[in-house]
Amino acid sequence: MALTTDPLDPLPAAADLPQGRSLWADARRRFFRNRAATVSLVVLGLIAIFAFGGELVAQYERDTIDFTLIGINATKGVPSFATGHYFGTDQEGRDLFARTVQGTRLSLLIGIVGSLVAVVVGTLYGAIAGYVGGRVDSIMMRIVDILLSIPFMFVLILLLVMFGRSLLMLFIGIGLVSWLSMARIARGQTLSIKNKEFVEAAIATGVRPLTIILRHIVPNLAGVVVVYATLLIPEMIIYESFISFLGLGVQEPNTSLGSLISRGAAQIGNGVPWQLGFPLFFFVAMLFAFYFVGDGLRDALDPKDR
Amino acid sequence: MAALLEIEDLHVTFATGDGTVNAVNGVSFALEEGETLAIVGESGSGKSQTAYAAMGLLAANGRARGRVRYGGRDLLGLPQRELNRIRAKEIAMIFQDPMTSLNPYMRVSEQMAEVLTLHKGMSRREAVAESVRMLDLVRIPDAKARVHDYPHQFSGGMRQRIMIAMALLCRPKLLIADEPTTALDVTVQAQIMKLLGDIRAELGTAVILITHDLGVVAGFCDRTLVMYGGQIMEEGPTTLLFERPTHPYTLGLLSAVPRIDREDEMLLTIAGDPPDMSRLPPGCPFFPRCAYAVPGNETRRPPLVTLPDGRRRACNLSVEEILARREAMP
Amino acid sequence: MTVPAKASATAPAGPDRPILEVRDLRVTFAIRPRGAWPWTPWRSLRAVGGVSFDLHAGEALGIVGESGSGKSTLARAIIGTVPSEGRILFEGEDLSRLPPEARRMRRRDIQMIFQDPLAALNPRMTVGDIVAEPLTTHFPKTPRAEVRRRVAEALERVGLLPTMINRYPHEFSGGQCQRIGIARALILRPKLLLCDEPVSALDVSVQAQVVNLLRELRRDLGIAMLFIAHDLSVVRHVSDRILVMYLGRLMEIAPSREMVAHPRHPYTQALIASVPIPDPRREKARPRPVLEGELPSPLAPPSGCVFRTRCPKARPDCAAEVPPAFPVGPDHRAACLYWDEPTPLFAETPAGAA
Repeated sequence: MALTTDPLDPLPAAADLPQGRSLWADARRRFFRNRAATVSLVVLGLIAIFAFGGELVAQYERDTIDFTLIGINATKGVPSFATGHYFGTDQEGRDLFARTVQGTRLSLLIGIVGSLVAVVVGTLYGAIAGYVGGRVDSIMMRIVDILLSIPFMFVLILLLVMFGRSLLMLFIGIGLVSWLSMARIARGQTLSIKNKEFVEAAIATGVRPLTIILRHIVPNLAGVVVVYATLLIPEMIIYESFISFLGLGVQEPNTSLGSLISRGAAQIGNGVPWQLGFPLFFFVAMLFAFYFVGDGLRDALDPKDR
Repeated sequence: MAALLEIEDLHVTFATGDGTVNAVNGVSFALEEGETLAIVGESGSGKSQTAYAAMGLLAANGRARGRVRYGGRDLLGLPQRELNRIRAKEIAMIFQDPMTSLNPYMRVSEQMAEVLTLHKGMSRREAVAESVRMLDLVRIPDAKARVHDYPHQFSGGMRQRIMIAMALLCRPKLLIADEPTTALDVTVQAQIMKLLGDIRAELGTAVILITHDLGVVAGFCDRTLVMYGGQIMEEGPTTLLFERPTHPYTLGLLSAVPRIDREDEMLLTIAGDPPDMSRLPPGCPFFPRCAYAVPGNETRRPPLVTLPDGRRRACNLSVEEILARREAMP
Repeated sequence: MTVPAKASATAPAGPDRPILEVRDLRVTFAIRPRGAWPWTPWRSLRAVGGVSFDLHAGEALGIVGESGSGKSTLARAIIGTVPSEGRILFEGEDLSRLPPEARRMRRRDIQMIFQDPLAALNPRMTVGDIVAEPLTTHFPKTPRAEVRRRVAEALERVGLLPTMINRYPHEFSGGQCQRIGIARALILRPKLLLCDEPVSALDVSVQAQVVNLLRELRRDLGIAMLFIAHDLSVVRHVSDRILVMYLGRLMEIAPSREMVAHPRHPYTQALIASVPIPDPRREKARPRPVLEGELPSPLAPPSGCVFRTRCPKARPDCAAEVPPAFPVGPDHRAACLYWDEPTPLFAETPAGAA
């Protein structure tokens, strides 16, 4: 066993010494053993390329209205490589491919921004509440409870109606809400980590509380936070889609998957199934992929599964 | 007298993400009726998995090979239904953590009566009365009233008593106790071991005691079986094994335990750490830590040989060699 | 109950003043009754009730007790992770009166090792960072090369290879993890080491390695130790003196050999009688009296002597008041009114000094 003490002078450089397997490396290995999760990650990558690079391939601007097509969409606006309308056109004769690219990008952004706010604000808020404990914890968590008890959709709709429908308002609204349940999860997790002996060892050594939170608590929250954040992204996308479906979301000429689906659904009887089909496909594919990746991450990061 | 339980060439493997774990590698032993056998070993020695495999209680990714003969039948091949019946009526098991076999949402009376109505066909009233008798036997104070409590209302020691009472409900012929006192305080441990001793004397139950605590074994068991790396290192009558150990591992284990009745300057230790069960050495599993290891024996796997004094032993060196070299050691 | 301890006769040479003087230490936890309303007053649980003792430089004091005896809480009160009343004098300075920042700085002289070797190490940090943490916390300006040298030195000191600094705790066995924890505690060269059940989670063969390591450290570095454990055999092996606790109170304190050979308190006698000895002949011949009954609830401890509900020689006046720790021999105190009378059931010298 490697327990004997050799008089080991001079010390080799730290980089030359054997590198250990960190828990992240272990998790990565387990994650890539999960086929569904790996495939989903690839799908997400492709969707991201589509959303951020699709405009290079698009033959039309997303807001160019082709008046010649209005009214005869069902016959002339069919998806075709010949016309350059890969996904066909919408009711106003605009290129659906360009619009889907833009809609997917917006949905993805909303999901990621909402999730990022949740990760940063929620994790720190929850970790501080849980670590400090006592009265501070009670007050901080009651604030979360109160915010959570307000019907969020109602407030968001009011916000959009009062301050006008803008992208910024949508981001603010979703950001305001997304961190709440993350804070709760992070707090619960902190409570159990706080009682681990390595935290006690740090306190006993004299490490300052903020350092303990950042060095000992937050990195150990990361597993749960990452999993929850991945599952939060589709939730945020669904919120936005719902708002847009109601017609309160993004304003024309911008669009999102939700409003594309909403408009496509309205045309379902008019022989233009692609108007619903393409946005819906990307919406569903994206959600499934996020859920599978989230599941894969949870299995990979859960030490009990080993 | 025919053996009550006979285990022959038992192997247990677990399939894990990091490869196959060989928990038990060819263990054979027999147990007479009414006998007490200790299986001693450190964590990962396979001592618990040997018992779990025999009882059909392995985790889902575990596989057992070999023969476990009980009452003329091989338990390894039996369907789950048959096994359940045997487990309930003839072989009982108690665990380190009593809450693994007590349902926290059921009253003790319901749990105990359920066993009796199911396996003995008693009426509920009879079953509860019998349960109270059993709780009296394990010396739960005020059993008649407390039988209707929930498990969490009892202390750790009391829960262990309840589990013993449940195990004994159908008067099993064999009781397997897996580290029954490891989680308990030493005064409570003394209470429980005394109770197990009394019960054995009263009911004539054979007991397999699985433990890492050599002190507990010394006072309780007729025979001791020492396991390491999933294999039997040495086995024999307890007194013989403790007073004249001949296997390097048994020798090391006995000298590594601090004793309250002795004052030594330094404990003699076994160097190194317990083996990784998915990467066992090819020969004797103890070879890398053995103070008596002879170069050239790395891949020689010693057979389990029966000695004239009644013990069995698996070592590449003879008893004489070990004892002579022991004399020479400081 | 404050009974001033006399200077220990067996303590090794050193400064006259004990390095640690604990006087009437009390720890009380507020417990919220189950299912209570927010305004229901909380109940108080006295985990440690008035314990006093001295520890000299380089000395090892074992603290023995069963679960609920308050032995771990005592250590946490000394290191300051739970609030306490009474006085804790470290090198003559009352730790409990220090302002928080000064107390935090004082922690460099008192380090602790824990029961669960793996849980005591942050799984996301490398071994090198873990061992270096006390040093980088108290001396943040230490040059990196110096930190590395000190880490390597500490690892070698506990019998580990300094080449493992880039690896993670989960790659090591329980015994190795405990050594890493000890290296972390040693890096600041503390004067006092608190060991909370340091070997009870380890396998027998590994346990002996760690016990020997702790003895060596004490011999070579002269660190004073508080060794807390439930296993009297281990404690006896490591400590110069032993303190026995029951339900938060001191029952008896004596030099190790004296404690095992001539225990005066009935609880100590019962405890020693309960320890199994790995010797079949002795074990089967030895009468094994069993201490009956259960530990009383710490929420409602018995009046007077807390042990009286299970004591074979309890009398009515045991309930009247808490017995002080009577001096019963050289450097030997026992908190029993009837310490000089034989205890029924338990022989005077249960384990004997063989």
